[in-house]
Amino acid sequence: MLFASFLQDPNFIRVCYIVAFALFVIGLGGLTGPRTAVRGNRIAALGMAIAIVATLLTKGMGNWGLIVLGIVIGTAIGVPAARSVKMTAMPQMVALFNGVGGGAIALIAWAEFRSSGGFDFTPTYIAIFSLFSAIVGSVSFWGSNIAFAKLQELISGSPVKLPGQQVINIALLAIAVGCSVAIVAGQTNEWVFILILVAAALLGNFLVLPIGGADMPVVISLLNAFTGLSAAAAGISLDNTALIVAGMIVGASGTILTNLMATAMNRSILSIVAGGFGGGGVLPAASSDGVVRTARSTSASDAAVQMAYANSVMIVPGYGMAVAQAQHAVRELTRELEKRGVEVNFAIHPVAGRMPGHMNVLLAEADVPYDQLKEMEQANPLFSRTDVSLIIGANDVTNPAANDDPSSPIYGMPILEVDRSNSVIVLKRSMSSGFAGIDNPLFYADNTAMLFGDAKASVQEITTELTEL
Amino acid sequence: MLVTNLAILVLAGFVGYFVISKVPNTLHTPLMSGTNAIHGIVIVGGLLVLGLDGDSFLNKVILVIAIVFGTINVVGGFLVTDRMLEMFKAKDPKKAAAAVEAKGEN
Repeated sequence: MLFASFLQDPNFIRVCYIVAFALFVIGLGGLTGPRTAVRGNRIAALGMAIAIVATLLTKGMGNWGLIVLGIVIGTAIGVPAARSVKMTAMPQMVALFNGVGGGAIALIAWAEFRSSGGFDFTPTYIAIFSLFSAIVGSVSFWGSNIAFAKLQELISGSPVKLPGQQVINIALLAIAVGCSVAIVAGQTNEWVFILILVAAALLGNFLVLPIGGADMPVVISLLNAFTGLSAAAAGISLDNTALIVAGMIVGASGTILTNLMATAMNRSILSIVAGGFGGGGVLPAASSDGVVRTARSTSASDAAVQMAYANSVMIVPGYGMAVAQAQHAVRELTRELEKRGVEVNFAIHPVAGRMPGHMNVLLAEADVPYDQLKEMEQANPLFSRTDVSLIIGANDVTNPAANDDPSSPIYGMPILEVDRSNSVIVLKRSMSSGFAGIDNPLFYADNTAMLFGDAKASVQEITTELTEL
Repeated sequence: MLVTNLAILVLAGFVGYFVISKVPNTLHTPLMSGTNAIHGIVIVGGLLVLGLDGDSFLNKVILVIAIVFGTINVVGGFLVTDRMLEMFKAKDPKKAAAAVEAKGEN
């Protein structure tokens, strides 16, 4: 059995971990380029498989039946969920997968507490890291669940605020930290630990509830970083390098990504987490100024004529395009327009859809060439010489109030300046406000026409009209 | 041991920072999903604690749930990322063709 004992050698397992996180780093490197991304993800998955198998080789492992049970149930839930989720629902799926990761960490810390008799004879630093992972993991679990519920529209996407929110949050954090200090100081009562989990759970709920739907991608990214950090902390308390390295890489990258997204919206992470929009409190209802404004509606044939004789058309896709699965229809429309010599480009706001890159993924699926996709910085100078801006299910990211109405909750957020183009056609299901729950003055502008209906059906109608012109 | 682990922690943080700091916008969503899958490494923690000292009944229940969660995180995370990326992969030759076609017709 020389071979078996070699496999169970702690150093062999450590070497496997080193191979695993080398693969994580190579894989993540691959994920940063379109051509290497698929392979990168698979390399990282291979690293994960190696880390898991190596762990199972650890000498003295038992409870095999339960281990298999857990893996089988997890696979039975995770695989169908990942397979069947629609592209539009990706963001909330990521939130959910992130949440369960955080939940796992909190549970592991709880089990550690229990089996060590309340960290009684445990080195202080192990207790501290374990308690940290419990708090952050629990916040991440509950926060992610709320983010999921909001994006899935199980609960309202607009900010929900309690009076004295900040005080409550600080009190909850104080309870969690205070109980942790007590445990480190020698308290071994399990209820103290449970109180930490409960306080952190409430904190996770209260942190995400007041945040408006438009900020949700930033929050998911932040919670992703949180889970990574808590995994790294759990790694230190378990003395496991695989957890430390993988967790910390995610913690660092998640923080960068969060910062990139927040910057794209001209907001600081702190102001988003501090609750809702700016702190102005009440959101204005549609047409709150009492002025009855009318939007002009148009028909598919009018829209087709307008675009057919334009020199340049800028398409601004948003969540509505994703919901309607209209990307292939949009590609068809683009082809028709190009046949007529119309220059077509796409203006992609960094947070269009509900995740950065959401639109790019969908348009890439529909074979829209990369060079037609313009990021906000490239697109905005183009609007003033654009004849027709065609807005497909986007709303908040085009709201001119962000530029000229200091009282608007989204004032200061960089937008796509579609109002500067000669004319604007908005494809929209109804006059309801966008995900941020605020009215869009663009719809009432003189050069804007609304085409109501399902985005896909409208785009197809326009394409049909174009071919018949 | 603590100091060694802290050193690993800090270095891993820098690796994460530098590997990821130059990513095109297009790949933000898949990247977030990919890093999300990688923190599924917590399953390793669950396996170790359950395998080595899952003693009492309640501990076993807690840890089996932890492993279920960790498995969902890993398996679901990598699969979803792969599905997002499949689209980039499948299109390269077609995309080039489409670009040529568009140019010819202009």
